[in-house]
Amino acid sequence: MKPATRRGQAPAAAADVHKEDSMVLQKRLIAEHYDALSRARDEGKKIVYTFVPGNLTELIESFDMLPVLPEINALQSGMRKLSGGYISEAEKAGHSEDVCTYVKCDIGMLKKGNVGPTGKKLPEPDLLLLSYTGCFTFMKWFELLRQEYDCPVAMLHVPYQADGRIHPHQVDYVVQQLRSEVIPKMEEVTGRTYDEERLRKSLERSAAAEEDFVAVLESARNVPSPIDAYFGGVYYIGPIFTAFRGTQAGVDYYRTLRTEVEARVREGLGPITPDGVLERERFRLVIEGPPNWTSFREFWKMFYEENVVVVASSYTKVGGLYDRGFRHDASRPLETLAEYCMGCYTNLGLPSRVELLERYVRDYKADGFLINSVKSCNSFSAGQLLILRQLEERTGIPGAFIETDLVDPRYFSAA
Amino acid sequence: MRPALAELVKRAERLYEDVDLTAVHHWKDAVAGRRALGAMPVYVPRELIHAAGMLPVSVFGGGDQIEIIRGDAYFQSYICHIPRSTIELAITRRFDALDGMLFPSTCDVIRNLSGMWTMLFPNLYVRYVDVPQNFDRSVGGEFWLHELRSLLDDFARLVHRDVRDEDVARSIEVYNQNRRAIRDLYRLRSERPWMFPTSETYLFLRAGAVLPPEEHTQLLQQYTDAVMDETERAELDSSRVVIVGTFCEQPPLALLRTLERAGCWIVDDDLLLGLHGFVDDVEISGDPVRNLADAFLELGIPTASRYEPGPDKGAALVASVQRHNAEGVIFCAPSFCDPALLDQPMLIAALERAGIPHTQFKYAENTGQFGAIREQAGTFSDSIRLWSEA
Ligand code: SF4
Ligand code: SF4
Repeated sequence: MKPATRRGQAPAAAADVHKEDSMVLQKRLIAEHYDALSRARDEGKKIVYTFVPGNLTELIESFDMLPVLPEINALQSGMRKLSGGYISEAEKAGHSEDVCTYVKCDIGMLKKGNVGPTGKKLPEPDLLLLSYTGCFTFMKWFELLRQEYDCPVAMLHVPYQADGRIHPHQVDYVVQQLRSEVIPKMEEVTGRTYDEERLRKSLERSAAAEEDFVAVLESARNVPSPIDAYFGGVYYIGPIFTAFRGTQAGVDYYRTLRTEVEARVREGLGPITPDGVLERERFRLVIEGPPNWTSFREFWKMFYEENVVVVASSYTKVGGLYDRGFRHDASRPLETLAEYCMGCYTNLGLPSRVELLERYVRDYKADGFLINSVKSCNSFSAGQLLILRQLEERTGIPGAFIETDLVDPRYFSAA
Repeated sequence: MRPALAELVKRAERLYEDVDLTAVHHWKDAVAGRRALGAMPVYVPRELIHAAGMLPVSVFGGGDQIEIIRGDAYFQSYICHIPRSTIELAITRRFDALDGMLFPSTCDVIRNLSGMWTMLFPNLYVRYVDVPQNFDRSVGGEFWLHELRSLLDDFARLVHRDVRDEDVARSIEVYNQNRRAIRDLYRLRSERPWMFPTSETYLFLRAGAVLPPEEHTQLLQQYTDAVMDETERAELDSSRVVIVGTFCEQPPLALLRTLERAGCWIVDDDLLLGLHGFVDDVEISGDPVRNLADAFLELGIPTASRYEPGPDKGAALVASVQRHNAEGVIFCAPSFCDPALLDQPMLIAALERAGIPHTQFKYAENTGQFGAIREQAGTFSDSIRLWSEA
């Protein structure tokens, strides 16, 4: 690690920030997706509402349907400072102040007309694909949404990896549900038949993008790290965790991103922050837990102003543990989807989570770790105080614990 | 109260207050080599534990009976109370009678608690019991059957002997008798709530958490017989309510008494749900493990931790209100209980469609102040009586 520089020295001035090609590409992908959603009705495309962890993007794509991800709407509402209003709207309608704010933000947004980030109304779902991966609240969330929409619901129950292993009967169970519940409902909604060849092609593209994505994540092993694997990482996971895995656009994005990151490694450059390039990496951090979205920039700034770089994070694994070797395998299309669903970070038992974080601390030569415990999310948060103790014991490095929320502005204080 | 009944009530109270699991120690000490397995609420197949000759012990946290000294260091303030009191009980060695712990799939807190247990007590048998949320026999049923068989293998290893189908069938019968006794108790309470106040029936149902099922069934029968002989319990005009949300972390007994004093007879509830098991008897003939698997799919009691595949969310609650001739519903959920609280708006919608009055409040297992609840329940009771007289 390079010697520390003056504390508080800001990265290169904002004016110097130039948008990398990957950033432009990602922006375009997202804009095109929302455009496609707004044209979906006219073009006869069917809409699936589904969740991020363990999503079945390739299968959805193989039926030519378009996904809407309520969590992404919620986090974008958080970043656009709309979530506070949506949450109060839901609480006024009888939702408890104690429960996950993603759900309330989504319900509040729905009650306010379901206007998406582009200012256009999101299309209503033709299918609610409830993939119960890594979080119990998902199940309740879609039971709630089902009351609002007149459309079929496909439930996919994904067993938990309590002992850190995927067992064959669990794979069978998920595959059986895909065959008997999910695929028939997709066929019914779209009027198409299941096209395994098309699915395989999509899975091949997923695996290609996953390869490049892992190279990006692992670039943070370099000192200095060319990326911030948390604040920057949430942008890098965007396409692969959402609608673009399995698409050519997704493949192109990750190839472009990898090329840029590898160039940064060659040049010994640090991560790009909203205020420019972080030039002197001072402290390498591993973070557990999701970020706060309502004050995302402010939160990030607290780190980069101190020249702190996050080199690995668990949040960037909620949509799959690709860095632990998982790749979608086109030769076993439904089985691979089942294994993917089961392998997401929040579907892992706590001992596996601790092992993973411990490995990150060592492999990424971290100087410390931080747990950002969000009030909303029991799936992440219950047990984090023990994770903190275990990690301190096992790694011998200091850990810190803070509490915020995902999209509830009432739970963020810079103090 | 006649001495026979007073004696029974005292016994049930002692069991309820026994956070050191003395009854379990006694059961184990009576025969060398006996083992006991703890289980968190809501559902675990207790028949299989019993079939292996072990004692199933239902763990409901520390209630209002223990002071939390170390448990709070394990959980943030925004997580419900039961996991912290359960950890407190374990680290203060009140669970020494337990040879293992089962964590049924209920919510993310209990799910994560299973992993915490694995790390905190590495020498103990710990297992997460992943119940299916798909209720098709050939899909969720096959998965669950596999889980049940693998639990049975674990149990056989723990007791160093085979557990045969005959053992399982016999245990199913034992639990069928227990379920019948519980159903009788619930029926009698609904018919004559002034004779079977919930603050008392609760203690008798709760005794099933630590007693062997045969003994529990007997206790329930003795209790119902003793109450029927009681002459001092006069009919008292109160409102009839159903309470919902109490399936996991339990309300303190004083809260149940408060509701009664505020003029509410509880005529149905989801208290101690894991001790009821199913809505009906489990089939005995044929493959007993498969019968248990099918029973979960088809006889499971609807609750927040169980997916509702049909469009009739809340129908079971409305049916319960009608069946028990109740006049209203009290949503009584633990603070920060995601499943109960996320369920509530949907259940409220179903009640409103059916024109059933309701009210709601939250508690923690160690809540000590009941003034506000008493007032709220009193007002609710008065209003629903006016409503039903109107
Ligand atoms: S509890 Fe956590 S994982 Fe579940 S929906 Fe909320 S934020 Fe997402
Ligand atoms: S009280 Fe609710 S949130 Fe807490 S452990 Fe029980 S089911 Fe989970």
